[in-house]
Amino acid sequence: MADAVFVGMPKRLVGVNIDGREIEVVEGSTILDACRRLTIDTPTLCQLDNLTPVNVCRVCVVEVEGSRVLVPACSRKVEAGMKIRTDSERVRHSRRLVLELLASSVDMSLCSAQVQGWMSQYGAQPERFGAEAATVAQPVKVDNDLYVRDYSRCILCYKCVEACGVDAQNTFAIGVAGRGFDAHISTEFDTPLPDSACVYCGNCIGVCPTGALMFKSEHDMRAEGTWDEGLRGGVHARAARAGQHDRESHLAAGQQRHRGAPLREGAVWV
Amino acid sequence: MDIRTTGGPPTADEVAAVDGLLGTPDSLWEGGRRRPADDHFARGGRAVRSQRHLLLPLLHAIQDRTGWVSRGALEYACRRLSIPPAEAYGVVSFYARFALKPRGALTLRVCDDIVCKLAGADEICAAVDAERSPCLGLCDRAPAALVERSGSSYEERQIAPVTVAQAADTLRGGEWPDQTLSTPLSPTLSPGGRGGLLRRVAAYDPERLDGYRALGGFAALMRAREMGSEAVIREVTEARLLGRGGAAFPTGRKWESVAKATERPHYLVCNADESEPGTFKDRVLMEADPFAVVEGMAIAAFATGCEKGYIYIRAEYPLARARVENAVAQARGAGLLDIEIEVRRGAGAYICGEETALFNSIEGKRGEPRNKPPFPVEVGLFGKPTLVNNVETLFNVLNIVSEGGAAFASVGTKDSTGTRLFCVSGHVERPGLYEVAMGTPLRELLALAGAQDIQAVLLGGAAGSFLTPEQVDVPLSFEGTRAIGATLGSGAVIVFDESADMKQVLLRIARFFRDESCGQCVPCRVGTKRQEEILERMLVERNGDRSADVMLLSDIAQAMRDASICGLGQTAANAIASGLTQLKVLNG
Repeated sequence: MADAVFVGMPKRLVGVNIDGREIEVVEGSTILDACRRLTIDTPTLCQLDNLTPVNVCRVCVVEVEGSRVLVPACSRKVEAGMKIRTDSERVRHSRRLVLELLASSVDMSLCSAQVQGWMSQYGAQPERFGAEAATVAQPVKVDNDLYVRDYSRCILCYKCVEACGVDAQNTFAIGVAGRGFDAHISTEFDTPLPDSACVYCGNCIGVCPTGALMFKSEHDMRAEGTWDEGLRGGVHARAARAGQHDRESHLAAGQQRHRGAPLREGAVWV
Repeated sequence: MDIRTTGGPPTADEVAAVDGLLGTPDSLWEGGRRRPADDHFARGGRAVRSQRHLLLPLLHAIQDRTGWVSRGALEYACRRLSIPPAEAYGVVSFYARFALKPRGALTLRVCDDIVCKLAGADEICAAVDAERSPCLGLCDRAPAALVERSGSSYEERQIAPVTVAQAADTLRGGEWPDQTLSTPLSPTLSPGGRGGLLRRVAAYDPERLDGYRALGGFAALMRAREMGSEAVIREVTEARLLGRGGAAFPTGRKWESVAKATERPHYLVCNADESEPGTFKDRVLMEADPFAVVEGMAIAAFATGCEKGYIYIRAEYPLARARVENAVAQARGAGLLDIEIEVRRGAGAYICGEETALFNSIEGKRGEPRNKPPFPVEVGLFGKPTLVNNVETLFNVLNIVSEGGAAFASVGTKDSTGTRLFCVSGHVERPGLYEVAMGTPLRELLALAGAQDIQAVLLGGAAGSFLTPEQVDVPLSFEGTRAIGATLGSGAVIVFDESADMKQVLLRIARFFRDESCGQCVPCRVGTKRQEEILERMLVERNGDRSADVMLLSDIAQAMRDASICGLGQTAANAIASGLTQLKVLNG
C-alpha cells in the first residue's frame, strides 16, 4: 500500500462584509480575492496572481473598519468579521490620486483599455498638476535585437523584477535602483542588456502592464505603423489577460512559448 | 550562484577592505583564486548567501578605504556574498552616503536642513566645495558639518558650529578637527535638578565602564534578573510607558507580544537611526551615557527572550557609534552581557528609522518599508519575532526597573507617564536637550530655553506640525498635543522668531521628503515630488492659480496620508499643511 500523503490541514472559511454584502472566503485569501468573488471591480497595477504581492502601486486600496489608513486589497489577508468598503469617498480619492500622480509622470498611453477605463471611472485628470510637472521621460533603450526598454512608460510596479527574480526566472538581471522619484529599474551600473545577466526569457515582457518592456519586433512595427493591435497580441492583450487574472498564466505561457520557438517571432505568442 | 561580472577586477585596496571583514576566500566560487578543486565542485550556496546581511558593512569598509564604491569592488562583494550585481547596485544606489563615482579622500558634508539654514548654512555651502546634507543631529550647535577622510585609517568628525574659514581649512587638509573639542555636550536640564534620564550625562567618562558602575550602572540589569522576565514586563506595563521614537506605542504591550511569540529566535533591535530634522536626543544619550544604552538593551532582551541584539546607529553619528561599540565591548569583557549585541551603521537614509525599513537595511537590502501587518513582534528582522525600541525608550526602562512602574507613572499625566526629552533649537538663547515632565506647557519649555519674538514653533520635526504663538500653552503630552492636531513626534522643538523666512523653511521640508522618500509606493514617490513643485510655484515663482494649487496640495496630502505604505508618506504633508494654514506665507 502506498504511504499516506499529507494534503495539509483543511482550511476554514472566513466571513467578511464588503460594501454591506456578506461573503465567506477561504482563510488566507486576500481582500482582493474576496472582492473578485463578489465581482467588485478593483483596479490593480502591480498585482498579478502568480507574483508575490508587493503592494506598491496602492491603486487597490480599500477602507477597513478600525484601520487608521487605507489598506491594499491585493496583499491584506481577510480576517473574520472584517468590514470593508471599496467605494467610499476616501477610497475613491486615493485611487484617483494614484492614477493621476502616475499618469502625470509616466506615459501610460499603451496601458490596457481596462486601465484607461479606471482613469475615467475615477475622474483622473493628470494634467491638473501643470505642464511643468516632472516626468520620467527619457530616451528608449535599444541595446539588443530582441527587447526594447522604454522607461518613460515605467510605473515601477516591480513585476519585471519579481519575474526576473525568485517568482519565475531566478536570473536577477534587473533590480530597482536609486530612490524616491529617481527610483528606476536597472541592470547593475545601467549596463546594456547583452552585458547583463539577462537570458532573454521574456518573462519581464510578459508581465509589463504599460509597454515599457516590449519585443523589438513589436516596437519596430509600431514605429512603422504596421502594428495591428487587433490581430497581434501586444501589450494590450497581455495586460488585459493579466487583469482578468487568467489562471492559464500568461507568464507560464510566455515561458513555454520561448522555450519552443525563436523569440524573433516577436509578439505573436497569444 | 553563477554571477556574471563585467566590471574588471577589484584593486588590492578594495580586496583588502572586503577581506578585512570576511577573511580570505576559500575558492574561486567565493571570489578567490582558481584552485584545481574548483573545477570539480562548486562551493558557496546557502552558507554564503546567509551572509547577505553583511552587504552594508562591506560597502562601508570599501568606501572608508577608497572613498567610493567602484564597480569592481561591488562585484567582488557580490561574489563574496553571492548577491546578484543588479540587486547590490540597487542597494548601493539607495543610500545617500555611498558614492558611485570616484572622489577625493576628504569629503565635507554641511547640514543645510531647517535649523542649520537659520544659522547660515547656505553661506557656508556657497563658499566651499561641500556636499549638502540633511539634518546631522547637531542642531544645538548649528551650523553643523561632518568631515570624513578615507584611507587605511578612516576617520570621521562632527564639526559644530562650523565656520566658513574652518570648513575651507578642513577641506584644504588643514588641522583635523578634534573630536572632544568639537562636540561639547548640550546644556541639559531636568526637573528638580538632574534626576531623570540625563542624570549621568557629563557625570562620568563615557568610555569607562567603572565610571558607569560607580554611578550605579548595571544595578538595574541585576535587579531585572532577580525579578524575572515576567515581573519586568509587568512593571513596564504598569508604568504605562509609550515608545519615544515617535509612534507612541505602549512599550509593555510590545514586550509582552515578543515574549509570548513561539517562533525562535527572537531579535532585539535598538532603533538609533535618529534622523528627524531637529532631533538629537539619542545622539546625546549615546555619546554621553553609552553604557546605559547597552544596559537597557540587555534588560529588554532578558525580559522578552531575545537571543541577539542589534543597535542601528545612523551614519552621521560617528562618536556615538564609537562609544556604543566601546561600551558593548567593555560590558561583554566584564561578563555583564548574556546576549550578543552588534552595532550596525546606517548609510544615509531617513526612511531606515521606520522599523521595517530598518530590518531590510540590516538584512543588506534597500531600506524599503514592508507592509504591515504582519507586525515586527510576529515577523520582523530575518522574518523572526522582533522587539524594536528607541534609545530614549530603553533609558526609561532602566528607571522603571530601578524605581518600579507605579513610581514611574506618578510623574507626568495620566495618559503620558514619565518625563520626555525635548531637543530645543533654532532661535533660542540656550539651545539644547531638555528633560521635562510630560504635560509641562510648551511655554515653560520655551522660557527655559530663552525664546523671544516667536513667529512659530515646529513641534515634532519635519513630520510634525507648526504651532503659532497663540498655541504655546499646549501641554507637552501625547493627548495634549493630539487635542490641537499636533504631535510630540521625536521631541524636536524648533523655534522661529520674526526674522525667519518661513517660505524657505516650508520649501526645505518639502525637499527633505522628496529626497528621503524611498520611492516604493506611488502616493509618496510622486506625491512628495508634486508637493515640492507646487510649493515652489506658489511661494517662489508666485505663478499659477493659487486656490487651485492649495486644493491640489490638500488632495495630495490626503492620498499620501491614507494610501502610503509607511509613516514617512503618511506624515510627509503634515508640516506643510499646518504651515500653509497657520503661518502667513501665502499673504502678499
